[in-house]
Amino acid sequence: MADLEVVIGLEIHVQLATATKMFCSCALSFGDPPNIHTCPVCLALPGALPVVNERAIHLGLMIGMALGCELAPRSIFHRKNYFYPDSPKGYQISQYDEPLCRGGELEGVRIHRVHLEEDAAKLIHLGSSGRIHGSQTSVVDFNRGGTPLVEIVTEPDLRSAAAAREWLELLRATLRALGVSDVNMDEGSLRADANVSLRRVGASELGTKAELKNMNSFRFLERGIAAEVERQRAIVEGGGEVEQETLHFDPASGQLTPLRSKEDAQDYRYFPEPDLVPIAITAEMLDAARSAMPELPAARAQRFESEFEISGDRARQLAFRSELGDFFERAVAADGGAAAVHARRIADLLTGEVLARLGDSDPASSRLEPAALAALAGLLADGAVTATAAREVLDALIADGGDPAAVIAARRLGRVADSEGLAELVERAIAADPDAAEQVRAGNAKAIGALVGPIMRETRGRADGAELQRLIREALGVGGD
Amino acid sequence: MASIEPDEVRHVARLARLELSEAEVERMAEELAGVLGHIATIDQLDLDGVPPTSHVVSVENALRPDEPRPCLPRERALESAPQVADDGFAVPSPQA
Amino acid sequence: MSHGAAEIVGLSAASAAAAVHAGDLDAGELFEAYRSRAAADRLNAFVWVAERAPADAGAGSGGPLGGVPVAVKDLFCTEGVPSQSGSRILEGYRPPYTATVVSRLAGAGAPLLGKTNQDEFAMGSSTENSGFGPTRNPWDDSRVPGGSSGGSAAAVAARLAPWAIGTDTGGSIRQPAALCGIVGLKPTYGAVSRYGMIAFASSLDQAGPLTRDVTDAALLFSAMTGPRDPLDSTSLDYPASLPRPSRRDLSGVRLGVPAELTGEGIEPGVLESFEATLDLARELGAAVEPCALPHAGHALAAYYVLAPAEASSNLARFDGVRYGYRASDSSDLLSMYTRTRHDGFGAEVKRRIMLGTYALSSGYYDAFYGRAQRVRTKIAQDFAAAFERFDFIVTPTAPGVAFPLGAKTSDPLAMYLNDFCTVPMSLAGIPAISIPSGLAASPDGDRPLPVGFQLAAPPFREGALLDAAFALEQAIGFDASAAAAEA
Ligand SMILES: [Mg+2]
Ligand SMILES: [Zn+2]
Repeated sequence: MADLEVVIGLEIHVQLATATKMFCSCALSFGDPPNIHTCPVCLALPGALPVVNERAIHLGLMIGMALGCELAPRSIFHRKNYFYPDSPKGYQISQYDEPLCRGGELEGVRIHRVHLEEDAAKLIHLGSSGRIHGSQTSVVDFNRGGTPLVEIVTEPDLRSAAAAREWLELLRATLRALGVSDVNMDEGSLRADANVSLRRVGASELGTKAELKNMNSFRFLERGIAAEVERQRAIVEGGGEVEQETLHFDPASGQLTPLRSKEDAQDYRYFPEPDLVPIAITAEMLDAARSAMPELPAARAQRFESEFEISGDRARQLAFRSELGDFFERAVAADGGAAAVHARRIADLLTGEVLARLGDSDPASSRLEPAALAALAGLLADGAVTATAAREVLDALIADGGDPAAVIAARRLGRVADSEGLAELVERAIAADPDAAEQVRAGNAKAIGALVGPIMRETRGRADGAELQRLIREALGVGGD
Repeated sequence: MASIEPDEVRHVARLARLELSEAEVERMAEELAGVLGHIATIDQLDLDGVPPTSHVVSVENALRPDEPRPCLPRERALESAPQVADDGFAVPSPQA
Repeated sequence: MSHGAAEIVGLSAASAAAAVHAGDLDAGELFEAYRSRAAADRLNAFVWVAERAPADAGAGSGGPLGGVPVAVKDLFCTEGVPSQSGSRILEGYRPPYTATVVSRLAGAGAPLLGKTNQDEFAMGSSTENSGFGPTRNPWDDSRVPGGSSGGSAAAVAARLAPWAIGTDTGGSIRQPAALCGIVGLKPTYGAVSRYGMIAFASSLDQAGPLTRDVTDAALLFSAMTGPRDPLDSTSLDYPASLPRPSRRDLSGVRLGVPAELTGEGIEPGVLESFEATLDLARELGAAVEPCALPHAGHALAAYYVLAPAEASSNLARFDGVRYGYRASDSSDLLSMYTRTRHDGFGAEVKRRIMLGTYALSSGYYDAFYGRAQRVRTKIAQDFAAAFERFDFIVTPTAPGVAFPLGAKTSDPLAMYLNDFCTVPMSLAGIPAISIPSGLAASPDGDRPLPVGFQLAAPPFREGALLDAAFALEQAIGFDASAAAAEA
């Protein structure tokens, strides 16, 4: 069997961080008691009419610019007709064949289109609560109904679950930098669906795709896609054919279950929304969007790379998580800004030790100050503290804040200098383990570890490892390498 | 005269979420065929290159400032609902 | 000063407003004179009548509308007042908000007298499709008043209301005005806010006045328009309020008579009245000439794609979830939808929902909706070209006089043909007015019945349109008192 290639396209829904809904003046909310943010428009009362939120257009244009899209001089809204309790009008106002933006590209993944629409309400399943005899009931909360959404559709340019996840992380960083959305996957302000298919390597036609829904974290997205790829691979390798379907990912079981049957195939009966007039992008609208554009993650990564001479990988790691980039820049500023000499070490600490401790949370929300991180980098560079002791300093800075020099002094974490009897410690270690000493003398370089270890334990890592090795070799009369 | 099959009527009725009895399906098929027959007169027109009109008004960008306004109190929002539960609009569950 | 009720209701609305302004008539007395007539309505013109004048009625009487109460078509949402659009699916529904146009009228000094009957969701030409029983024509109560604004037209003709507002999608103001012997104006699309009007077909619906005479129409229309409504994206700024119509002649006015809308299918009595009115126009100095609207004959076909398509979507919100009727035997979601909508909607509404859903469904869009939109373009172009040569296009308003109740209910197409002369203007979005041009014998009866004469103008030319209609009205001297006597 020929090798199979994975083909993935993403459809991302982004809730815009406007003050009000897409087509009415109800305030946006999250987690409020049900049905307190409604009006005739978002309840679809008879006679109510939609009016487009100006800021949603502005934010949509910023997204289009950030993704290098072609911004349509004129775009219109359509009605997408379907019945569901979370869709009060019986149609969603969306964009169809004349969207706000088309084309574009972000880090090698082409953008198909970007359009504006409105979010559905929330449907809460009550189960057979006994309230209604013998029947299953759901309840609709219209607080979320009508929240402005931008839908971003990519071309099928992603080739693995991991690549899809990485790219989505970059998109999220980009949207966050733009300030257009909270981009919070567990709260649903960023939602991704994936279209997954397989084809023989070299084939140009796409295979039959499955649509994956409800992957509300980066981890689930990656797992869901990986699971679907395996499912399809098993079908194809078993000589079967993948069927077009919509699958719902259940993170608890890791299973994909079909959402709708084909019998209920959708026919959305799109037609131009007669209650709205076209959006015709003006020069003022473009200027306003352009002047609101911040530096975007991709550009920021390049700047980090060239300005601070850090590696491309490191630079992207910082820039693609904008909160890390921000923290890095503040630390570098404390280190002297353009004259900073410890930028590389700050970057290493931040992406290494700090990230290992804080995971996905923002370092700015810990007690660690950027200036303290810069100072710690300086102390490391000067050899005033060892890498091992620096870890302990960092623990203290993250937990309690403060200045690293003060922490080092208070906890006596400074590097053990010769004056503190390092030579004597070396002599004691050689005496305590003559076998190891003999092996080092005989040329077994690895055996030196057995001599270094006890000294490190005794000094709680404050001794400089390299210096210690030099002293041991010197004491044993072995030349350096 | 255009004709329309009962199955097609049933399919459209399902899209429109209208229950129709068998007698209503029959009658609807006949009536729709009559109206569609009249509508078919526009088939004779040469409309190549004629742009569609969705709207006779020529305005664009009727936009609204992003400023919140007071919402309906929940009691008002729910007052006409056929069935209410847990401060929301109750419906038969789609999963049922 | 005290007046007899007959004397009060004999005044036109503008005269009554002037009397209130002059201190000769008490606004409360005026309201009560109409309120008691409306409450005793035998035509089923009203579906709801106010129990008393609003507490601040006196305060509003200083406004341009002088406290003269207005009857409002059921489909205008009015806070706390039944607003059902003639449909059982909305029976008893009292919205939590008020339509912009109703608020504007109240602000200008016209308190709400009552809600008038209509075809369900404005779909019909006879008011027989109402979920609350048909309205009868005050000229002959065995006949229809036209529709869909039949309740408003009948109420004004029978002097149950000084004036009224209705909506026109394909002729729903003009045709009932014609059949009831009153004046009906369909404004330029966008002139009047649609916010709070329960929608039939959004790209066509337009609110307008139904009045006893052209002067009243101008006064009421002026109060309906104004700065654009920020709650209706398709509404437009309407220039300053119109002066009282005063034109007495039509010298220099060019009237175009489209052969496509003035020939086949029009009752002889109607054509006769139409020709007589053209003669009067000539006597007033107008130049009357044939004009071509080559696509007007296809307007009805295009309309019966576009309007049902929009309606099928507009009426999707009636699903039994947030308001209105829900079938009691709906145990699962699908049957909640399908039974609620089966029981709640009347036959004509279901027919149009089916037609519109079909026209938009996969595989048919281009052949139906797409083509109809192109025909619409052609029709608008026809009018634009005609208005280069003519000030107004004139036609009979309806192809016939009022027909007997039940005469066309079993033949949808025959009913649809009532809109033959009015639909082209609706598709083009241009203003058109119907004024009574006289009486004509019905083909199936002996009693003479009113005939309407329609004038259409370019967009935003309501001022000139009302002026020309006024000149003709004065020359025609139509006597409408028979309708008031009947009721
Ligand atoms: Mg979408
Ligand atoms: Zn709202």
